Amino acid sequence: MQISPVKIISLLFFIFSGLYLYYAHQIRVFSFDENAPFNAKTFPIYLGYAGLFFSGLYIVLPEKKPSNVDLSILDYKKTITLVILMIVYGITILKAGYFLSTSLFLVLSYITLGEKRWFWVFTLSFPFVAFFMFLLHGLLDIYLRDPFLKYLGIIG
Amino acid sequence: MIEGILIGLNTALSLKNILMVMIGCFAGTIIGMLPGLGPMTAIALMIPITYGFEPSTGLILMAGVYYGAVFGGSTSSILINAPGVPGTVATSFDGYPMAQQGKAGKALAIAAYSSFAGGTIAAIFLLFAAPSLSKVSLAFRSPDYFGLMILGLTAVSAFSAKGHFLKAMMMVVLGLMLASVGQDTLSDIPRFVFNNMNLADGISFVLVVMATFAMSEALTIIFKGSDPTQAAKQISLSKLGSIKLDKDETKKMVTTIPRSSIIGFIIGVLPGAGSTIASFLAYGMERNFVKDDEKQKFGKGSVNGLSAPETANNAACSGSFVPLLTLGIPGSGTTAVMLGALLGFGIQPGPRLYQTNPEIFWSVIMSMYIGMVILLILNLPLIPYIARILAVPRAFLIPLILFFSVTGIYLMSFNNFDIYLMIGIAVFSTILRLYEFPMPPLILAFVLGGLMEENLRRSLLISDGSWSFLWDRPLTLCIMISITLIVGWQIYKSFFQKN
Repeated sequence: MQISPVKIISLLFFIFSGLYLYYAHQIRVFSFDENAPFNAKTFPIYLGYAGLFFSGLYIVLPEKKPSNVDLSILDYKKTITLVILMIVYGITILKAGYFLSTSLFLVLSYITLGEKRWFWVFTLSFPFVAFFMFLLHGLLDIYLRDPFLKYLGIIG
Repeated sequence: MIEGILIGLNTALSLKNILMVMIGCFAGTIIGMLPGLGPMTAIALMIPITYGFEPSTGLILMAGVYYGAVFGGSTSSILINAPGVPGTVATSFDGYPMAQQGKAGKALAIAAYSSFAGGTIAAIFLLFAAPSLSKVSLAFRSPDYFGLMILGLTAVSAFSAKGHFLKAMMMVVLGLMLASVGQDTLSDIPRFVFNNMNLADGISFVLVVMATFAMSEALTIIFKGSDPTQAAKQISLSKLGSIKLDKDETKKMVTTIPRSSIIGFIIGVLPGAGSTIASFLAYGMERNFVKDDEKQKFGKGSVNGLSAPETANNAACSGSFVPLLTLGIPGSGTTAVMLGALLGFGIQPGPRLYQTNPEIFWSVIMSMYIGMVILLILNLPLIPYIARILAVPRAFLIPLILFFSVTGIYLMSFNNFDIYLMIGIAVFSTILRLYEFPMPPLILAFVLGGLMEENLRRSLLISDGSWSFLWDRPLTLCIMISITLIVGWQIYKSFFQKN
């Protein structure tokens, strides 16, 4: 017997709703609010039940049109690499600064997706980010913390 | 009303705002053309930029992006048979065959004129309908608002995700759950924060929109290995043909436009129905109206078949602003994003917006019209060139979308926790998208979450904890009956009805 992936997702959502409901009950409200018709946990509790209801219904009822996805054609390698690059980008953006981390993120992403025209890879990374930073700094007056450019003495 | 129109015109016609509409239309057209990247993504990418502007300027930019993206969607439907948004699927039925016959320029012109005319007629309707409905909606009470919000959410789930009602309802609940993270607005009690100070203020609306649309759409394209720009590379400037219409074609459009505008506007006002249903209904209706010989041309490059959905599509876009501006309740995913942006500016749309911020109310209406004029004047002659820009390789396009998403959220908080959270939500959204879980209901629920809780709180406090407020007032009762019918019918249809 094959279990539909959507049913598995619904089951996970059912468990998530159960956990949400548990934590909704754990919300501490003021003692004078405990028996009030509405307090900080009333709405989340109803949401938890709604989540259980709709996901439970999907699990129980027969599927008329199951979503079929051919998992073998999906490009896991490139997608996971891009996600990792974004996480690294998030880690380095504060420490290395906006300019360097963004430019490197773009270069590595272009390469990951198979781009080999180095002129465009370069142009659409370092100079592009420099121009974008100029727009933010110079025109929109948005400050971007950048230890790398500060170290080079380019920005104050 | 005349005074309001003048206020709106005065704001919308300032040099800065005209420039914003032009930039918005242009950017929206480019983003909207890309299959998979619709108006919601286009507006989402613009939100961080708009926060540096005055509310009216920001909204004018977004209105321009909205109309530009809708027009861009039609263009890709006609040129490469790849609708950018569901609302332009019907456009491809006759637009693409026309393009294949070497009349792409003509098809684009018909789409542009029909969109303009449909938008113009709908803008006039909006001009009269919005203030009147604003006055009527002053009589609405908290239970009615609570009911209307549930009605909006169920209607969007029912109509926007055909055959996937329960999936859409799960997304609604998930959106409401995400909205409940952070301090309770009244008591300041932290909820679902797990001692993480980054969650104390809740999850940012821009973060959720960027993650579920821009970022997850980009990841989905890579994950599925599709290349939305591939077909655009085939476009040849010389093959587009003339954009001039002859007498017969103009005559056909003149009869189609008024009826399609009316149906488009009415459908657009209804919560959840939106431009997709409007365009399909107008297409079907037009087919019944035309003579038998013209009926034979439907699906093979009919002028009426192209003009009808395009007119209705744009009229529905204007119509969808009626519930947003007058009730503060968006009827579609796109207007939900607009509502989120309005709330970000500290503006609460609703019946009082008309009185408290008339310059915003009217300038948005006026700028929509100006946006359509600009689309017609600027975009139509530029379409062949814009279409060429679309041949930008996927290897550049996707990283740039990811870069704009991350930068957008970083500029708002300067906090890398938000970046990680956005990546996490985007990854989950990508998996959910793969199995056809619709995202617009999630966004709509996320935006309405706070308002829903507030109205439920007031209703329960007034009725001293009793749920009788749901049937005490005839209006609330009617709304609740509608909700019950929609939910019951959808569940029956999804699981038990054959075919």
